[in-house]
Amino acid sequence: MSMFSQNPLMNGPNYSFSETPRVGAPEGAREHRFDPYTDNGGSTLAIAGADFTIMAGDTRLTSGYSINSRFHRKVFKIGGTTTDQHDAHLVLSVVGFAADGEALMERVDAMCKMYRYRHGRPISVKACAQRLSTILYNKRFFPYYAYAILGGLDEEGKGAVYSYDPVGSYEREQCRAGGAAASLIMPFLDNQVNFKNQFIPGSGEGHALQERERRPLTRQEVEVLVKDAFDGAVERHIEVGDGLQMMVITNKGIEEIILPLKRD
Amino acid sequence: MDTLVARYSRPAYQQENQFDDIEEYDYAADSVSGPSLKFAMPPVAHPSSWLRAATDDRSNPHCPIKIAHGTTTLAFRFQGGIIVATDSRATAGNWIASQTVKKVIEINSDLLGTMAGGAADCQYWLAWLGMQCRLHELRHKRRISVAAASKILANLVYQYKGMGLSMGTMCAGVTKEEGPALYYIDSDGTRLAGNLFCVGSGQTFAYGVLDAEYRYDLTVEEALELGSRSILAATHRDAYSGGFINLYHVKESGWEKHGFTDTNPVFWKTKLEKAEFSNVTSDFSEEV
Repeated sequence: MSMFSQNPLMNGPNYSFSETPRVGAPEGAREHRFDPYTDNGGSTLAIAGADFTIMAGDTRLTSGYSINSRFHRKVFKIGGTTTDQHDAHLVLSVVGFAADGEALMERVDAMCKMYRYRHGRPISVKACAQRLSTILYNKRFFPYYAYAILGGLDEEGKGAVYSYDPVGSYEREQCRAGGAAASLIMPFLDNQVNFKNQFIPGSGEGHALQERERRPLTRQEVEVLVKDAFDGAVERHIEVGDGLQMMVITNKGIEEIILPLKRD
Repeated sequence: MDTLVARYSRPAYQQENQFDDIEEYDYAADSVSGPSLKFAMPPVAHPSSWLRAATDDRSNPHCPIKIAHGTTTLAFRFQGGIIVATDSRATAGNWIASQTVKKVIEINSDLLGTMAGGAADCQYWLAWLGMQCRLHELRHKRRISVAAASKILANLVYQYKGMGLSMGTMCAGVTKEEGPALYYIDSDGTRLAGNLFCVGSGQTFAYGVLDAEYRYDLTVEEALELGSRSILAATHRDAYSGGFINLYHVKESGWEKHGFTDTNPVFWKTKLEKAEFSNVTSDFSEEV
């Protein structure tokens, strides 16, 4: 039963509708609670390049201090015509509560399929991004506990990453980390992708220093950044580890790469 | 077009079951991918208090879902139209979720809205407002007034009063009948017309600068500079504000964007060239 509870064995069986008797409560009095969420840990990461997007996530699934799976995906191909998604052109990563995340993914995928049937062409990332926002907001008063990131290629073939909060506010970005280790990975990304706080040596004193000019990163560089980011996160976060799942979206399709991470 | 108008022309309270307990996925509704008024509700007696426990960072610091918050936004009327300026930081607790948020929402080519409070609430409902404004244009064959647009939004948030929406927004537009018009609307249902508003956690700092220097007969250049300077003051003293200064000028011909400028170089330029912020020194040994 501990699989479904945040604090396994500490407070007994823990169902969604938990019914824990209160100590010292009057006879017959019961406290009713509604706890529909569990934090399943893990982290996700997305970086947009000039003509590609890389979406990544670790494959560990935890609840509390227990590791319940060492290979559970949180990065999904969506928008294909079949269940194996061989012709998909979008990728959605979800982190937070795995059940909500998968429910959300299935719903977005169904929406992309409906769009394809109705319009006779695959949905654009921009349209899918807008629709995902309204799907999340439609549960404004009973949110999906899921931090979603949507990746693909835009109309010009450039890499596109859209990041979301659980109730649907969204923004297109160059890169974004989500989930448990977001606070460890995001500063690294700011520095290595957007060259934040990097200056041209000898270009001035103090605040007169000139910022290092931004340039688009190559696919090889980004793959190395993703691996380094996750190796760093695994080293310092208990909920991240086991496996690294990477999806590389290019105009030739989506390539999935699975790599090992430390399993302790 | 008539069917489209008919579909959306029912008043909000008639549109579908707003508080349906059972969430049924309506595939047909996917053809209408615009904002709707159909929301899933948690199966509990008091959805709003459950929602607060799950999402309100202030009443429950251990809440599982962190919603992006925090802001400084301002807008003021002057002889040349309206200036709208915002910062760009979004925070979830102490975590800076983003430094590049677009807090000025382009409702349509003439109307601007600003975002303070819940980011998703503002984005969704101002997009919805854009839809309502377009429908108004189609039905009446003329542009909606800012007064009417702001009232549509105010009435909408009033329907949801107590449900946990969080938004403090300003609607700015210039029309022939009204001239430059500015309204403040918040999720309590307040709707105020005024010359000058600052909204958000950094509002007091922005008011301090804006009130001191504001005149109605400001030139466009002076007005843009004042908007930017007021946001700069707020990003300097309010930890929940920062990032970039987003500047807009609204005229009768529509709005015009005046940049999305990093605050850090603007701060140093202001300090060194105008000798303001003399309290700040780059040498920490001189700091008192």
